[in-house]
Amino acid sequence: MSTGALRIQRASGHAGPIPGEDTQRRMQVAKLIDTTTCIGCKACEVACLEWNDLTFRDTVFENSYQTMPETAWNYWNLIKFNEHERDDGSMMFLMRKDQCMHCADPGCLAACPAENAIVQYQNGIVDFQQEYCIGCQYCVTGCPFNIPKFNSQTKKVFKCTLCSDRVGQGLEPACIKACPTGCLHFGTKDDMKELAETRAQQLRDHSGYAHAGVYDPPGVGGTGVIYVLHDITNPEAYGGLPSNPRVPWTVRIWKGPLKWLGNLAMIGGLIGVTMHYLRYGPKHVDGGTGEGGRP
Amino acid sequence: MNDAILRYNLVERVMHWISAITYCYVLLTGLAFYSPHLYWIATLLGGAPTSRYWHPWVALVFTAVLFWMLRVWLGDMRITPQDRVWGDAVGHYIRNEDEDLPPIDRFNIGQKYFFWAMLYSGIVLVLTGLVLWFPELIPWSLRSFRYVAVLLHVAAALISIGAFIIHVYMGTAVVRGGFTSIIRGEVSPAWARTHHRLWYHRVTGR
Ligand code: HEM
Ligand code: SF4
Ligand code: SF4
Repeated sequence: MSTGALRIQRASGHAGPIPGEDTQRRMQVAKLIDTTTCIGCKACEVACLEWNDLTFRDTVFENSYQTMPETAWNYWNLIKFNEHERDDGSMMFLMRKDQCMHCADPGCLAACPAENAIVQYQNGIVDFQQEYCIGCQYCVTGCPFNIPKFNSQTKKVFKCTLCSDRVGQGLEPACIKACPTGCLHFGTKDDMKELAETRAQQLRDHSGYAHAGVYDPPGVGGTGVIYVLHDITNPEAYGGLPSNPRVPWTVRIWKGPLKWLGNLAMIGGLIGVTMHYLRYGPKHVDGGTGEGGRP
Repeated sequence: MNDAILRYNLVERVMHWISAITYCYVLLTGLAFYSPHLYWIATLLGGAPTSRYWHPWVALVFTAVLFWMLRVWLGDMRITPQDRVWGDAVGHYIRNEDEDLPPIDRFNIGQKYFFWAMLYSGIVLVLTGLVLWFPELIPWSLRSFRYVAVLLHVAAALISIGAFIIHVYMGTAVVRGGFTSIIRGEVSPAWARTHHRLWYHRVTGR
């Protein structure tokens, strides 16, 4: 879902620098999700479906509010409902809006072999451009948040675009616009970070959430979607939000040292056999007629 | 004058060429996705989505043929003590001092190692390849399998590529007559005597 109005700073499967990279001032955008004021109304889900023209998807009923286990190729934004037991034994909902985190260091992009299939704009949005996608699903392996989803019919992968088409035109993402409680905010990363810290402070000081904090995981270089959590020490309780997400180290080895070693070995092998030929040449057959094996 | 000796029968030749052609296709499409510098290969082969689509299917044919080969050649591919003696003297073979080597049967130890390297890397490639093909079937809680599969797939591919380079080089450039034999099936008695003396005695009775 590319948008001409945004400049690209990183592209998948691209050898060498990106043309036009760093010619503009970078202004990183971010979405702030305050889980403490989310009421689980799913207005953001509907807004996402509406704006992105996504098709209907079957829901499941598993004796909980969860209508779908995880995001899907045509469902990019999902509230995860988690029934959580407080220390005093009473029950509370931890509700988290799940979607692409728009990592500063995106594992999906690092893993993708197709040129331009995944790009990162200068404002930090990570976007899939399906016209270049080859459907290899390496991004599925590279993402630490289980976000890219494969459509096995079209063999393309989809995920939240952070409404790059709207943001490119100076609008806020559709989900932000729909949220009735104001638990979603959109702005520059710096502003959102400040707002989030203020809110976490407030929760710690006045609302009795001693461990309230901001989720902006450094393992992926920070994210373009940040959360305020009641308990920053236990993000896993929010429907499997990883406490220390990182691009898998095997993906790093695969795309880094293994590539170089492999290239060296392959080129070395070709040079090796050429040198051998120049030095020793073909074998001779005693008593044979000429070189051929045939009489 | 037709004292040519049959080295590979038709079935063996067909088998060899199916594996060779499928391997080359799988190798080229794999390399296209291995490095951005080689992505153009996919363009030559009909575009990246097409290459991605066929890579695993053609690879399945390749692995199936590997097992066919195992059935047909298992007897010839077992490594014997004689092979080890030959293997210890492989320096002479590399320097083309073949007269200093002990006689061997139908295949030398290098050819046997090549066969086993392809078979074992093929097995690793098919197992890890299936994970790469259907990552969505690996549950999120078992995702470390996806991570390991990708590394092993590339590692096994690289091992097979190393073996493949040497195999093609030996079969075409160094052991003249080898290439013809795998196409038309026949070698001259002199060729057989020079390269595979025990086999020569065995099949000709001379
Ligand atoms: C039945 C066996 C195999 C299956 C199911 C399989 C499947 C896959 C799949 C799904 C991919 C991901 C992208 C793509 O399709 O290219 C892949 C990548 C690759 N495959 Fe295979 N493959 C098999 C055998 C082989 C063989 C025999 C080779 C021999 C050289 C090979 C070499 C590669 C390479 C080099 C890559 C790219 C790795 C990278 O992106 O770094 N594969 N394979
Ligand atoms: S959350 Fe996953 S899909 Fe989104 S940018 Fe990060 S790695 Fe990519
Ligand atoms: S499936 Fe994912 S990794 Fe593969 S080409 Fe498409 S976007 Fe890139």
